[in-house]
Amino acid sequence: MLDDFFTRAILAGIGVALVAGPLGCFIVWRRLAYFGDTLSHAALLGVALAFLFEINITLAVFGVSACVSIALLLLQKQGTLSSDALLGLLAHSALALGLVALAFMTWIRMDLMGFLFGDILAVSRMDIAIIWMGGIVVLAVLAIIWRPLFAATINRELAEAEGMNPERVNIIFMLLMAAVIAISMKIVGVLLITAMLIIPAATARRFSSGPEQMALMAAIIGAAAVVGGLFGSLEWDTPAGPSIVVAALILFILSLMPVFSRPSPKPGEMAPQASEPQKGTRP
Amino acid sequence: MLHKPDSLVTLDTAGIHRAGRWLVRGVNLAIEPGEIVTLIGPNGSGKSTTAKMALGILKPDEGAVQRRADLKVSYVPQKLAVDWTLPLTVRRFMRLTGHVSVHEAESAMASTGVAHLAGAEVRTLSGGEFQRVMLARAVARKPDLLVLDEPVQGVDFSGEIALYDLIKRIRDEMHCGILLISHDLHVVMAATDRVICLNGHVCCSGTPTVVASSAEYKALFGARAASTLAVYEHHHDHTHLPDGRVEHGDGTITDHCHPEDGHHHHHGSEGKSDA
Repeated sequence: MLDDFFTRAILAGIGVALVAGPLGCFIVWRRLAYFGDTLSHAALLGVALAFLFEINITLAVFGVSACVSIALLLLQKQGTLSSDALLGLLAHSALALGLVALAFMTWIRMDLMGFLFGDILAVSRMDIAIIWMGGIVVLAVLAIIWRPLFAATINRELAEAEGMNPERVNIIFMLLMAAVIAISMKIVGVLLITAMLIIPAATARRFSSGPEQMALMAAIIGAAAVVGGLFGSLEWDTPAGPSIVVAALILFILSLMPVFSRPSPKPGEMAPQASEPQKGTRP
Repeated sequence: MLHKPDSLVTLDTAGIHRAGRWLVRGVNLAIEPGEIVTLIGPNGSGKSTTAKMALGILKPDEGAVQRRADLKVSYVPQKLAVDWTLPLTVRRFMRLTGHVSVHEAESAMASTGVAHLAGAEVRTLSGGEFQRVMLARAVARKPDLLVLDEPVQGVDFSGEIALYDLIKRIRDEMHCGILLISHDLHVVMAATDRVICLNGHVCCSGTPTVVASSAEYKALFGARAASTLAVYEHHHDHTHLPDGRVEHGDGTITDHCHPEDGHHHHHGSEGKSDA
């Protein structure tokens, strides 16, 4: 069955979506969308380095993304520039460095478009193995650090006061992000990875009443977008990566329809805002 | 301050230095089990900074902070904003930083009067409800030390009394040490064992006994409130200027306040008189 390129594409895409969903929730909760962009832009530098040193592309992308994450942490600690300025600086410097490095390597004929927009229809069995094994490791680590990571997302000082180590889980989270960028680059491409992280998570928000539920929903919605996007791309002969993102966007727009809004809350549980103050402040 | 072996946390001339100035300096403070210690002081006097040293969030730049081994801490921060993108029910919030059994969570919510809100989304709660939910979460952990940063913020006055009563009851039932930061210079709870007034350093500390009988306080809030709340009145002998320097009662200006600075009632340059 893996002989069929389309089946391989679906398997690879679902593998990425299952990992990107839960991680994307943290991106949304922590308002890190631009951080995801920065890492994925830096991925192109990883591709260039992989060609230069003839190492595995996934590994090189992970390495560069991890370095950019650490650089960001260190620069943030220095506190001279604001975070968004730092992210922009790192993102576009890494992107430009990658493009310049690739231009120097005249002996390499590579399809830049494939890296920018993904080449999911060309995934090999090896790619699928990397995506699923890498994905399982990422999800396992995320499960282990879930409680402290979530607590630090709500309030860093509270988490630290109550015996957690927000600094450490933040670094681990950044490395997980780097890993996801590395394994999903081939699927949707550098320019669209952030969409796979954010759109399913944003869609899942409307159907979720708890963080764990939202992570699960985001994974499922992402997988649905992959299947929908790939079939659409086959049907209408559109590029696969962008089609997946468009499918995710359609799911998001559908989720905004009133029909799909969450069932109305049980009485007394989510009373309308107007009646809250009187009830709440009564001793 | 004497360091007793059973103190939950001890600050020994602890200070935090940031960007060329001392946020707070020379703080001596010990919290015993079953004791309520209240920190008061004007804005920027180092109350939260001191609490964060006690919590271990900030490492002192001078002096030392000792925390008892295996100290279990619960912290109720001053602000906690939950974003719309984050679905979080009160029930889930109860086990934010550690496992809490359903039974423990329910009894903690019942004790602070928010049991009916278990299924509600945290961001839909009113200020008073949210304070009680945060308190319930802190209590459910069964802490040795409970640190409350301005717990009555955003709560109306009757709610404030009820919340102070609740804090006292928590102390009585759980026999934990409580470090309370009060935003109001003049109103502290009667159950407080010790009040520590900060103004960049410890101005003064002691029991708040005198205050309950204060005439102007009764006139302002009525006798019934006075049985629950107490006024702790004092005047600062120095003023912190906008540039960080300190103007003393005798008109001299120095870069920092001195550990020996205190309060003299005959001076008129007190911090606030808004109560």
